[in-house]
Amino acid sequence: MNAREKEQYLREYSILKGQGKPFFPYAVGKDGAMAAITLGVIIAMAILFGAELGPKADPTTTTYSPRPEWYFFFLFELLRVIKPPELTLMATLGVPTICLILLLLLPFYDRSAERHPLKRPIAMIGAVATVVAMAYLSIIGALGGPPSEIEIPVAAQYKPGADVTAASGCLGCHKIGENGNTLGPNLTEIGDRLGRDAIARTLVNPTAPMPSYQGLKQENPEQFEELVDFIASLKKASEEGG
Amino acid sequence: MSKLTPPLPKFLRPAPSRSHEDDGAGEGNGGEPGRAGKVRESAAEGSANVVGWLDERSGISPIVRAQFYRKVPKGTNWFYTLGSATLFAFVSQAVTGVFLAMYYEPDTSRAYESAAHITNEVFLGELVRGMHRWGSTVMIILIFLHMARTFVFGAYKYPRELQWVIGVVLLVLTLAMGLTGYLLPFDQRSFWATTVAVNLNASAPVIGPYLADFMRGGAEFGAASLARFYALHMLAIPGLIAALIGAHLYLVAKLGTTAPPWLKAEKKALRQEGI
Ligand code: HEC
Ligand code: HEM
Repeated sequence: MNAREKEQYLREYSILKGQGKPFFPYAVGKDGAMAAITLGVIIAMAILFGAELGPKADPTTTTYSPRPEWYFFFLFELLRVIKPPELTLMATLGVPTICLILLLLLPFYDRSAERHPLKRPIAMIGAVATVVAMAYLSIIGALGGPPSEIEIPVAAQYKPGADVTAASGCLGCHKIGENGNTLGPNLTEIGDRLGRDAIARTLVNPTAPMPSYQGLKQENPEQFEELVDFIASLKKASEEGG
Repeated sequence: MSKLTPPLPKFLRPAPSRSHEDDGAGEGNGGEPGRAGKVRESAAEGSANVVGWLDERSGISPIVRAQFYRKVPKGTNWFYTLGSATLFAFVSQAVTGVFLAMYYEPDTSRAYESAAHITNEVFLGELVRGMHRWGSTVMIILIFLHMARTFVFGAYKYPRELQWVIGVVLLVLTLAMGLTGYLLPFDQRSFWATTVAVNLNASAPVIGPYLADFMRGGAEFGAASLARFYALHMLAIPGLIAALIGAHLYLVAKLGTTAPPWLKAEKKALRQEGI
């Protein structure tokens, strides 16, 4: 906007303002009605959905699903969509940071005088694309299966390990068979790639964002061993053998 | 424009002078009204009502009056209520949050128990926790809708750029409230989701590990982390949000809200302005 456009805008604005209605009671009335609706919705949701409180936090293990609030789903999902590990940094921090900076600086690079949405095609297309992308990521994030089931056939001696795995929430980030999420590498055939010791080392000393299971090893070494046995048993052959 | 300003409502008008009521009493003892009488008079007038009392000391009524009766532009519609609705949701969070803080204990061995105590035993506790829990969702939705409104209406353009910038900071802070608050009930879900979120932060380049250490209050996730999240969630972030909302609203009052972009002032009116 150059000086003339600025002046033009201010002049036009002052006329439209002069033709308007006083803030009180017109705008105040609408704002008040909206506030009442807001409060009504909050109370209705509180009564309908209540205040859930799961089992107490236990850093050593047991069932959990590392699920964020719904409005962070798109961030978590972004992580899953961008697969190659050398790009995860981009996913977790790069993309959101760049988007945020673009949002913050919007008034400084979009400087045209035009305000009508239909006459700002680039801005509107960009906005709609962003909203669609975020909505899409949020929805697939929300539909990600429950992270606590393992449905592949498990040989009897590995059954306890499978239960520990299910309870430890590995499926929140890994796929085993058809279940689980794709944030981390697929574990269905991990036994072909990693030995038992390597797996145990990964569990105690993982790369972020995977949490460390050192606590489990200390508190409950037996379960830890079962877990490692089960993961190490995940091989192509074992799947075929049933 | 000032000619068009409607009259003040009754309660804001200056109280009528009371001196005539006092006339008889003041001069009853035969003397001149005198200094004592005048002082009594002005004292009586000053305390005529609470508004008068406040105004006499603060001189606030012209400001209130200008704000209440300032014009909102032609075409102002329901979409313009989204900002004040966001503000209202924030106030609701603050009020319910204060009640939760009366019972909540930010200690790893007590946090879960106190949250359970609020939910199960405190009178209306589950309702208040539920309102705080779902109020956060409502506030996030409203803030996004408000941002969408100002975007579509081109309201971020001259002269309201600063308002937009403050708005984006408010958005980030509101999301930070969601993140820090999620840990506080200290159940399995909140603990592990937050652990993962902090680990994600740790993978950021350069500042990542420091940021994660700061959030955790050490290398491991535990008591110190809970205390930090509590302090951020209860004091630091809401304080910042309140201050920035103040700045945001100051600009709203100073610049006025936009008119919808599809409204144009008629040529005639523009000419009358005397270009
Ligand atoms: C918060 C998400 C998350 C959770 C929960 C999680 N992991 Fe991981 N895991 C990852 C990520 C991400 C990687 C990849 C790290 C890397 O790039 O080095 C990984 C890597 C691994 C690896 C190495 C894979 C390879 O190909 O090198 C193994 C083995 C593993 N995880 C096992 C487990 C087990 C067993 C559990 C449950 C006890 C578990 N993980 C829980 C995210 C997670
Ligand atoms: C805590 C959060 C926020 C509160 C309480 C708040 C409050 C308000 C209020 C009451 C108004 C008056 C007009 C209206 O309601 O539309 C307003 C205007 C405005 N807000 Fe916000 N806001 C918040 C966040 C944001 C965000 C996230 C943005 C955008 C990034 C933003 C950008 C703007 C702009 C540009 C205006 C001027 C609109 C106009 O003049 O038409 N605000 N805000």
